[in-house]
Amino acid sequence: MNNLSVDHLTGIKDLSKEDIDLIFKTADSFKEVINRPIKKVPSLRDITIANIFFENSTRTKLSFELAEKRLSADILNFSASGSSVKKGETLIDTVNNILSMKVDMVVMRHPNPGAALFLSKKVNAKIINAGDGTHEHPTQALLDAYSIREKLGAIHGKKVVIVGDILHSRVALSNIFCLQKLGAEVMVCGPTTLIPKDMNLLNVKISHNLREALEWCDVANMLRIQSERQEISYFPSLREYSMQFGLNKEILNSLSKEIVVMHPGPINRGVEITSDVADSKQSIILNQVENGVAIRMAVIYLLAAKIDR
Amino acid sequence: MEKQVILNSKHLELTLKRLSHELIESHNDFSDTVLVGLQPRGIHVVSQLKKHLEIILGKEIVCGNLDITFFRDDFRRREKPLIPSITNIDFSLENKKVVLVDDVLYTGRTIRAGLDALLTFGRPSKVELLVLIDRRFRRDLPIQADYVGKMVDSLISERVSVEWQEIEGEDKIVLYTKDSNE
Repeated sequence: MNNLSVDHLTGIKDLSKEDIDLIFKTADSFKEVINRPIKKVPSLRDITIANIFFENSTRTKLSFELAEKRLSADILNFSASGSSVKKGETLIDTVNNILSMKVDMVVMRHPNPGAALFLSKKVNAKIINAGDGTHEHPTQALLDAYSIREKLGAIHGKKVVIVGDILHSRVALSNIFCLQKLGAEVMVCGPTTLIPKDMNLLNVKISHNLREALEWCDVANMLRIQSERQEISYFPSLREYSMQFGLNKEILNSLSKEIVVMHPGPINRGVEITSDVADSKQSIILNQVENGVAIRMAVIYLLAAKIDR
Repeated sequence: MEKQVILNSKHLELTLKRLSHELIESHNDFSDTVLVGLQPRGIHVVSQLKKHLEIILGKEIVCGNLDITFFRDDFRRREKPLIPSITNIDFSLENKKVVLVDDVLYTGRTIRAGLDALLTFGRPSKVELLVLIDRRFRRDLPIQADYVGKMVDSLISERVSVEWQEIEGEDKIVLYTKDSNE
């Protein structure tokens, strides 16, 4: 098996376990490449990729851009602020205009769930979803799982808890799909108001007690409170949230075993995670960022191989 | 599929010994020379040469493996993407003499990609090419080997396979010919 079963990466839900294994295997090679003195390979020199971001991003945008450059692709960057989107242009018009400049692949972040899937059915280019609203963020889930595999040697049978704002998190949903496909057990933990009511349909454990969740798990993935998506108050105050669900050194040291701490970024230090935990030995937050480039190179490389000549 | 053994295990061993002596002739004690095998099949040739050279010279020979998948010129021209093997070069090639090693030299495209890939590890002072089998008159590019185990005249429809004991169960080099009715 050396070909992806999908033509676009719109979500982890569409990937098979074999697809994920193939992406990881390819990422291993790219990780070696980005640690060479010259960190670039010429594979994609005849491919043009547009990065279209309708929502803010630092890490994901930089990571995709770097991955594309390391593969020698030509890139176009587009962000919604300061564009004709503000003048009333539709998504399909915007993208088709970009594609008529002969673009082969589109990396898109959009505030509406399903935007990437919609686009993949309407336009003639490979689509990579870089986050669509509260739906999925597939490359983040892949790099999270890849980082767990790197740290613990395997994913099958490991216990992972995702803590925080599950309701608004595309990272949580993609992570649940990805980890379950690879044979891990997943628990979500957070205040009742931030856990979707149909969560049990996804076959995950649910906890509202951080200590209980941490005692159970091998890996804790701490999510950010997405204030920008919260139109009503889901908890009394950030301080209270932090006291109940924030990860600090005290609680980490009191656990019976050493767990791995992850965070997809951006970190709100002192809210979901304290500085001493984020910067501790147990934290693999910066490894996640490094692996992000390798994973995105692998995804782009494998999808680019499917572009018709 | 018809089979014709080009070199049996005894002759292959002799050829490897000869190539080792040829290498020593131009590289003396190997103090600034490294062997780099091209993945996936060149690395077996390297490990054989390393074994012979270390017996003759009585010192360790520096060797690496180079994967050239991302440097190939046929990306997207194949049905399926090529899956890379491991690159293992944990030394700088800056100012080193490099001997690129592969099992079969055919169109020369793999070597072209290998030269490109090599440069990402520094600027070698010299690069040479060693192959076990040179399928002469079949080149797409102007590339020739400096050390050749054996020249072979072959048709495009034929395939030359270098086989090793640890993988195929026997050291030998075989020429496969497609039957006319296949």
